[in-house]
Amino acid sequence: MNVILKVRGLRNVFGSQVVHENLDLDLYQGEILGVVGGSGAGKSVLLRSVLGLHRFQAGSVKWFGKEMPATNSGISNQGEPRLGIMFQDGALFSSLTVLENVMLPLKEHSQISASFAHELALLKIRLVGLPDNAAGKYPDTLSGGMRKRAGIARALALDPQVLCLDEPTSGLDPIGAAEFDQLVLTLRRSLGLSVLMVTHDLDSLYATCDRVAVLADRHVVIADTPAVVSASPHPWVRACFDGPRARAVRAGPVHQLLSANAPALSNLTAPS
Amino acid sequence: MQAASLEFPGELDYAQGANGAAQVGANDANGHGANVHGANVHGANVHGANVHGASAHGASAHGAWLLSNVVSMEAAVARARARGAKQLDAASVTQLDTAGALLWAKQFDVVRGLDAEHQSLFDLVRGTLHAEPVAAPPNHSILAVLERMGRAVNLAIAQLSLLLDFTGRTLWSFGQIIRGKRKLRMTAVFHHMERTGLDAVPIVALLCFLVGAVVAYLGATVLKDFGAALYTVELVNFSFQREFGVLLTAIIVAGRSGSAFTAELGTMRSREEIDAIASLGLDPMELLVVPRVTALLLMLPALTFIGMLSGIVGGALVGSAELDISTAMFITRMRDVSEARHFFVGMGKAPVFAMLIAVVGCLEGMKVRGSAESVGRHTTSSVVQGIFLVILFDALFAIFFMKLGL
Repeated sequence: MNVILKVRGLRNVFGSQVVHENLDLDLYQGEILGVVGGSGAGKSVLLRSVLGLHRFQAGSVKWFGKEMPATNSGISNQGEPRLGIMFQDGALFSSLTVLENVMLPLKEHSQISASFAHELALLKIRLVGLPDNAAGKYPDTLSGGMRKRAGIARALALDPQVLCLDEPTSGLDPIGAAEFDQLVLTLRRSLGLSVLMVTHDLDSLYATCDRVAVLADRHVVIADTPAVVSASPHPWVRACFDGPRARAVRAGPVHQLLSANAPALSNLTAPS
Repeated sequence: MQAASLEFPGELDYAQGANGAAQVGANDANGHGANVHGANVHGANVHGANVHGASAHGASAHGAWLLSNVVSMEAAVARARARGAKQLDAASVTQLDTAGALLWAKQFDVVRGLDAEHQSLFDLVRGTLHAEPVAAPPNHSILAVLERMGRAVNLAIAQLSLLLDFTGRTLWSFGQIIRGKRKLRMTAVFHHMERTGLDAVPIVALLCFLVGAVVAYLGATVLKDFGAALYTVELVNFSFQREFGVLLTAIIVAGRSGSAFTAELGTMRSREEIDAIASLGLDPMELLVVPRVTALLLMLPALTFIGMLSGIVGGALVGSAELDISTAMFITRMRDVSEARHFFVGMGKAPVFAMLIAVVGCLEGMKVRGSAESVGRHTTSSVVQGIFLVILFDALFAIFFMKLGL
């Protein structure tokens, strides 16, 4: 399988505190990779490092085989390869409507006509399961779940090959979170995306991820399928996957129930 | 990468081979569409016979149908629209994204030959196509102008009543404190006194000093012609004690502290901290508003006093440097002509201005709803209203004191 993102020997230090040391991570073509870890384990710092939003001290980050320089001004997103990023609360521009938010990258990065940009932005908004009337609304009038969806719509504006999600299901109710999982799966299947997501939602992990990378002791201790990871002897993995919440997830009634209710979005994929 | 292109079989002589340019050719391919079409799974019944029949127009797509080729893609599809082509053979397309899929979905009833990956993308895009919402055109009639004017007047009246309401609630909170039912938070008061008062001393002193010097220059220029240069002393003294000391200070404080009050309370409001205070059984007025108002009520007179002194010092300095009025003469003259009433007229206005600035600043902060943008809007509004009210009240005071003969 093609390796899309290759992280080797990543090191991040804040003052005297070492957050990452000798961290290795791979993202393969077409997979959904979940990065989990305790609070303060450096999940978000890892995401920001590979996206070039945080200057790492040592190591190498390769996107599509090309070395990314250590920078904190953001990865150059001109031309290929393209990345789409959804920040934790959407990070929508509050002075623009949802439609304008999605149209902004379209208009800046291509010679697209205004009317086609409008149609394409509306398409993205429909793709993520938002109603048409959300397009003209300002972000502060949307609910948290809708803001996250709008954030994905903007991330998808330029048809990226990789979608990075920071805590996609945090702050959502269980049904909203399950719908969001389905959305990620639908988009991955239909748009051929590779997805890198940081999460600590075990439900979401089991529902969507092909592989799970566990971040503990300042590096990735294991990266494998959820089944293999949950059998790992590592103490943090044991504590996390043997905890009362994890057992409830694996026992399954809640999870299965939600998954069964979730695919309200699947009608989007039906050929008309 | 090959550019996106459409080819209409039989008119290949139009095709442009150049890389990066749209390849657009066209032809009436009689029967072409219908033949292949019949075997196709997608909507053969609907389109095959009725719409196209024997004179159906077909097209075949080539190259990379990506957003980066949007110009050639749109040109190609516009060409297809002109030819009335409704069927597309997409077998030789190398890449496809949502932009290309959307263009196809709008123009072609039938698209065949897609590989599985592109087919699922195309289905997803086609699945989202339904009736476009019609946006209401902006209304430019005279009625709309009248409506907006009416709304603006309504808003101004509502703002005035809100301001009166908030002033009343602030005064009521002070009353509760005096009656001992609420506490005056001394730590907060001192904190805000330092920030609105002590920290503002350098800028107030400097600006008043400069304006004092300017007024002295101006006065001297005019008065010299009448041989009355000495009256510059009166000019600087009266203007700073009665008007400029307090007015300049109030305007600086409105820009500095009024905006800070709005931004602080507005940020707390947008992060629901003020709701949290209320939910904990505490009074936001007592905790947030009263300390700020108290601090400004105490510090604006003090700053005004500093402003008056700096202005007079500025005038005196210009006098001794440029107008042959020595500092000693300046002070003697000041003692001879000054009356305490000028000082008290100026000082008396300071607490009123302080109240206006603090109440407007806090009220605008409390009015913030939702996003960070709202905080910025209300901060601007707070400064504008604060300065407007200060100048308005200063004018009212001028008339009032003139009638009283003070």
